[in-house]
Amino acid sequence: MAAVHETVETVKTIDVDQYKYGFVTDIESELAPKGLNEDIVRYISAKKNEPQWLLDWRLEAFKRWQTMVEPTWSRCHYPAIDFQDLHYYSAPKSTAGPKSLDEVDPELLKTYAKLGIPLREQEVLAGVEPQNRVAVDAVFDSVSVVTTFKAELAKAGVIFCSISEAVHTHPELVKQYLGTVVPATDNFYATLNSAVFSDGSFVYIPPGVKCPMELSTYFRINESKTGQFERTLIIADKGSYVSYLEGCTAPKRDENQLHAAVVELVTLEDAEIKYSTVQNWYPGDSEGKGGIYNFVTKRGDCRGARSKISWTQVETGSAITWKYPSCILRGEGSSGEFYSIAISNGMQQVDSGTKMIHLGKNTTSKIIAKGIAAGKSDNTYRGQVSAHRKATGARNFTNCDSLLIGQECGAHTIPYIESKNSSAVFEHEATTSKIAEDQLFYCTQRGLNEEEAVALIVNGFVKEVLQQLPMEFAVEAQKLIAISLEGSVG
Amino acid sequence: MPAPVIQMRTPAETALIERFEREKSSLPGAKDARAAAFARFEKAGLPGRRVESYHYTDIRNLMRSVAPEVPVEGELIHSQHVGVEGIPVVTFANGRLQSASGMIGAAKLEQLDAALLAGAAELGTALGAANDAIVDINTAFASKGAFISVPAGEKASLHLAFVDHHDSAFAVHSRVVVSVGAGAEVLLYESHEGPDNLPYQANKVVELLISEGAKVQHIRLNISGNKALALSTLAASLGADAELMSLGFTSGAETSRHQVFITYAGENAKLDLRGTTMIRGRQHADTTLVVDHAVPHGESRELFKTVVDGEAQGVFQGKIIVRPHAQKTDGQMASNALLLSDEAGMSNKPELEIFADDVVCAHGATCGALDENQLFYLMARGLPRADAEALLVEAFLDEALDAVTHEGLREALAERVHVWLSARKVA
Repeated sequence: MAAVHETVETVKTIDVDQYKYGFVTDIESELAPKGLNEDIVRYISAKKNEPQWLLDWRLEAFKRWQTMVEPTWSRCHYPAIDFQDLHYYSAPKSTAGPKSLDEVDPELLKTYAKLGIPLREQEVLAGVEPQNRVAVDAVFDSVSVVTTFKAELAKAGVIFCSISEAVHTHPELVKQYLGTVVPATDNFYATLNSAVFSDGSFVYIPPGVKCPMELSTYFRINESKTGQFERTLIIADKGSYVSYLEGCTAPKRDENQLHAAVVELVTLEDAEIKYSTVQNWYPGDSEGKGGIYNFVTKRGDCRGARSKISWTQVETGSAITWKYPSCILRGEGSSGEFYSIAISNGMQQVDSGTKMIHLGKNTTSKIIAKGIAAGKSDNTYRGQVSAHRKATGARNFTNCDSLLIGQECGAHTIPYIESKNSSAVFEHEATTSKIAEDQLFYCTQRGLNEEEAVALIVNGFVKEVLQQLPMEFAVEAQKLIAISLEGSVG
Repeated sequence: MPAPVIQMRTPAETALIERFEREKSSLPGAKDARAAAFARFEKAGLPGRRVESYHYTDIRNLMRSVAPEVPVEGELIHSQHVGVEGIPVVTFANGRLQSASGMIGAAKLEQLDAALLAGAAELGTALGAANDAIVDINTAFASKGAFISVPAGEKASLHLAFVDHHDSAFAVHSRVVVSVGAGAEVLLYESHEGPDNLPYQANKVVELLISEGAKVQHIRLNISGNKALALSTLAASLGADAELMSLGFTSGAETSRHQVFITYAGENAKLDLRGTTMIRGRQHADTTLVVDHAVPHGESRELFKTVVDGEAQGVFQGKIIVRPHAQKTDGQMASNALLLSDEAGMSNKPELEIFADDVVCAHGATCGALDENQLFYLMARGLPRADAEALLVEAFLDEALDAVTHEGLREALAERVHVWLSARKVA
């Protein structure tokens, strides 16, 4: 009950201006010239001082991208994106790559403090039990500004750094895994990302190691007219475990900004990755002006037997969300999970879901997706579950529920369920409804006002997903839900 | 940005375009509807994998050529004994109504071409907002079929027996438009049969215009020949307080696609859609529905059962649309599939597209093999495995067949299930 109370309190304290991360950091940035061509790809690569093989890889992707057509099958509608009207690289001038915290521009530190992201290791330590520590990789526009707890993680053998750094310090690992889950040719946005990706996190957990703390990356878009193209690669070697958190925000701007990320996860035998996202990009104003266009390709590959990948996401942000975190269940007995809450309000458009591709024997997957549409938004769940011929004994359970708040929003469910193996058992259920009058009445009877009552019922609706989030995130997520629904009643 | 990919015309597309050019002046009536439908086809071509609603059934690839439409010569052979006692039969030979215009009970029958030319019937009125390539092709070419009307308050039952026959590859485009008056009660039983081992193409559309308070039971039996490409569509519009139960029963054709487009035109209408599909060998059967709740207070129930054996592939695509003002809609959809062999496959796509907040909609889809526990239970009681499997499959399908209220017809369908399962045991 305490958490629910907190949610309601949050709703109360927030005024009309809902998005509290919409400030701009005034910092001098180094920008790549506008537009996209081979020279820009070379420019980015040169900025990062990359080896030739990576530049070649980028150029190959760029060549491919030029032959590709922007996909139009999603239920998101937006004016054509001018890919030449963007800066593909932007870095705070004072930060030439990650370094020690003392050297980081105080303006940046202030920004993260304002966002509530602990960058100072001692701050995290103070008064918090050691097992609750979180190591952070902070990515600001196109570069990683700092990564915390690196030394301590290194003691456990864990590699946690920005991907640009990993290219230099662990080229063999990057070379071995980069693009093996999401190939450079995968789709329009993934290919674009492969050509121009800037920064992101790299994680390697050695065999048998349970990562001693939660790892997290915080993405911040600051500069206007830029796109953010981060790339994250996480490898969990045999028998290891890691929990990884991702958060993101952006300033309020009237223009639409592009975010096209690629996340690749690899689990080897008996390894497990738990990947949690709280996506809180600027969603645009109530008229649909501004906001982030979010086109993300996230995919996990359960390569080893009995390995496991679990995606948990809470989505409240971005004007357009086009995102399908997927699992390729290759290893025998491997399992995939997807827990999602997608909340849309205002003019937001969400087309999101997951893919569970069962290739190996006795693979299992579970999908719990909760969509909440309010205002004039459109919220679509699109998911695929498929069993390959050899996926004997595959098992899937899918549950996707939608809740509609108001008369002008839409909620849609588009599942693709493809079974090519008779012993595969797939179950899918979906419901759509509005908040029941009797439930509202019951709550208001007991003295809650209508907004509080809605928050309470919605929290109950999404509880199953919230339970999957790490503790620190669960609280934040609960607050977010209240925030993004504010103003949707009445 | 590269230019969008322009697909080359397939030989079948070219042949259809040439045919339309040749025949358009002699096609009976509905000139504007035909021209508009054909223009849409000419622009989009045959629907292939890239078209979302045809993703699992690639007509562009399946329709390699276009066969001629031919009249039936000589005696018709009813090979399949599809008749049911107590339901008057009218026969359509390669789509053409065999009896003269006239009354059958309370129902009035006319040749489609005569009704179109006289302006008594129109094409596409039951389609609502539905837009479909297969229907467009039918609209462009259909000259055979019937216009059937049942006056308000009357009761009628009819068996429309479609017999397709020829000794070389052929095509059939037929259209039946049924207008049911207010408060009338109609039982409409369609059967479709054709020659085995002969590749033929059928594109048959039935339009049902159901007026206020009318009650219709519609049963469609597809036992087309084993090399047929059988495309069929039921388009129905439901008036206020109307009730429709429609069951599609498919065991025939090499490739079949049965589409159902329902539009709610009046409030408080009730819909019960059912389907039983049994396929084996290399058969491919696709059932695609779009239930469009355009007005408030509509109720829809969909229950589809698919049994897949051999290397066959089953497809179910169901979409429930609830329009912005269609409040208080209650829609429930279920698709259950049984895979009886290792090579069998099933693709389910149950969709919800909802724009109104005060609705209750749900869908469920399951897919799996027969329950080993249930099999064990039956076998422990002395049933051979094959019999135990047959019993479970029959029970599985019965749930959908239950909605057929005409006892003779329900038993005839149950018998077909039985025969299909017996053939499985022998094999």
